[in-house]
Amino acid sequence: MTAASTGVAVGARTPTRPVRWYSRLPLHAVLIAVSLVWLVPTVALLVSSFRPGSEVLTTGWWNAFQLPFSFTLDNYTDVLADRNLGQSFLNSLFISIPATVIPIMVAAFAAYAFAWMDFPGRNALFVLVVALLVIPLQSALIPVLQLTTAVGLTGTFPAVWLAHTGFGLPFAIFLLRNFFGGLPREMFEAAYLDGASPTTAFFRLVLPLSVPAIASLVIFQFMWVWNDLLVALILVGGTPKVAPLTVTIANMVGTLGQNWHLLTAAAFVSMVLPLIVFFSLQRYFVRGILGGSVKG
Amino acid sequence: MDLGIGLIAVVVVIGVPAITVLYALGTEWVLGLLPERRRPGLRPWLWLLPGVVFLGVFLVYPTITTLVLSLQDKRSEAWVGLDNYLDLFGQALFWQTIGNTVLWIIFFTGLAVFFGLLVAVLADRVRYETGIKALIFIPMAISFVAASVIWGFMYEFDPRIGTVNAGIALLGVEEQSWVTEWPRNTIMLIIVGIWMWVGFAMVILSAGLKGINSELLEAARMDGANEFQVFFRIILPLLSPTLAVVGTTIVIIALKTFDIVYVMTGGNYGTDVIGTLFYQERFVNRDAGAAAAVAVILLLTIIPVMLINIRRFQAQEAAR
Repeated sequence: MTAASTGVAVGARTPTRPVRWYSRLPLHAVLIAVSLVWLVPTVALLVSSFRPGSEVLTTGWWNAFQLPFSFTLDNYTDVLADRNLGQSFLNSLFISIPATVIPIMVAAFAAYAFAWMDFPGRNALFVLVVALLVIPLQSALIPVLQLTTAVGLTGTFPAVWLAHTGFGLPFAIFLLRNFFGGLPREMFEAAYLDGASPTTAFFRLVLPLSVPAIASLVIFQFMWVWNDLLVALILVGGTPKVAPLTVTIANMVGTLGQNWHLLTAAAFVSMVLPLIVFFSLQRYFVRGILGGSVKG
Repeated sequence: MDLGIGLIAVVVVIGVPAITVLYALGTEWVLGLLPERRRPGLRPWLWLLPGVVFLGVFLVYPTITTLVLSLQDKRSEAWVGLDNYLDLFGQALFWQTIGNTVLWIIFFTGLAVFFGLLVAVLADRVRYETGIKALIFIPMAISFVAASVIWGFMYEFDPRIGTVNAGIALLGVEEQSWVTEWPRNTIMLIIVGIWMWVGFAMVILSAGLKGINSELLEAARMDGANEFQVFFRIILPLLSPTLAVVGTTIVIIALKTFDIVYVMTGGNYGTDVIGTLFYQERFVNRDAGAAAAVAVILLLTIIPVMLINIRRFQAQEAAR
């Protein structure tokens, strides 16, 4: 694209007719109203988690901004130490990290075969992967639970790792196959002429060149596993020693009822890591979402 | 804390890539034993093997088994034909569950797409676009469980504490119990879902919007079209394939809904959806047959979306 045509494209964003500032007021008003509605619930949670319990239970979170301020970390020390949330946080990590690494490695292998190898039934098999993308977990979970119980894994981390690997694979294969398929054919031909095997090409060319796609997938799968309730609830549910944050907090909602100072602190503990990942790696996260839904 | 568990996790994180490399080298070694002309035929299957095993063991086999279980009794010991389905069809609870799921499909999908489109189109015209999009997108990063706590606090009955009731008190309306009365409670739960998923619709629609040639829009404006005409006559038709993708994805999310209902009401007060009914049948009523039947019904409702996805995929492949 030439500089001139870029100029036209940019210019097209600004209206041609002179626009008075007040004619754009409704636009700003709608956007700001929507932002407020989206922001308020999270702010309410955050503010309440730092207020003393006695105040959270008698006055609204908006009163926190009146002098004198009274903020405290008591709610956090309470949920982390006394209510086992610290252990759950570690459990969430122990579940999420392997459950992210394993499916991506397995998917990369399959995606490479789908993208760059010829075999009979390739298209039919890939259509199966596309079909499996939308299979509801509910329709697989009872037999999976029977299976993990039969081999003695129910209530242990490996059960969740393996299940998440299976459940995450269709999306991972789909995304990586599309990305691998977009790599230039000449590159592979040159590598093979130089005597490289497909294995060498995979580790030396495909993986390094696919870092952006793999990064998106890592973030996506990590967030999905970290935030999952159903799989963890069914496969490790009743065991506090291995329960992740989602399961522990879901139980707290039942047992703590209206103790909002504790529930808000607990919820925020579960949000810290995803929010850090989100703010630091937002671009990759968005790219993962785009790649999975529309043709990349 | 349990060091042993941490150790296992570390071993997995280091071990998996190591195993991967060894597996790849192993496939080359196996292929090296074969005559050269046989290698290209076998190689793809060795690369696919781990993936195919996982898909088979955790998705294909269990789904087929669920079909079988739905034809057996609660302890999976005897064949009962279609009794599980007929029992479900005879229960008022089941039909209420279906009704709620329909509400989820209509309102969750409709409003998430509507607000996603609204924000994408409006934010495109202002300088603070990036900031506002990040803000709307934040809830996508957190769990349904955390979102349920956040909104449980919003919906709290005590108007001194509950933001929504305090807000309507300002308008002179007395406090409401938001999650106990059907069908309003289902709508209130759907709002939580919308709050989370508008960001998803917005991000994809915004990307679609940026893909529209702005010279086209400018030409229409030069010809005297106003902004509404530009939106309805040009932007909307051009975005319709993207809208279809977003819509089908959110319909699937709506059908699979579980977490919000499980955490906020536990399915009480008539808020059950297919996802929670499944859990209720299997883990509260301990009826594997009925739970499997619910899962099969869920699967059947998703099959049309699955077929749409496959057809769309094949069209994309043909265009490659």
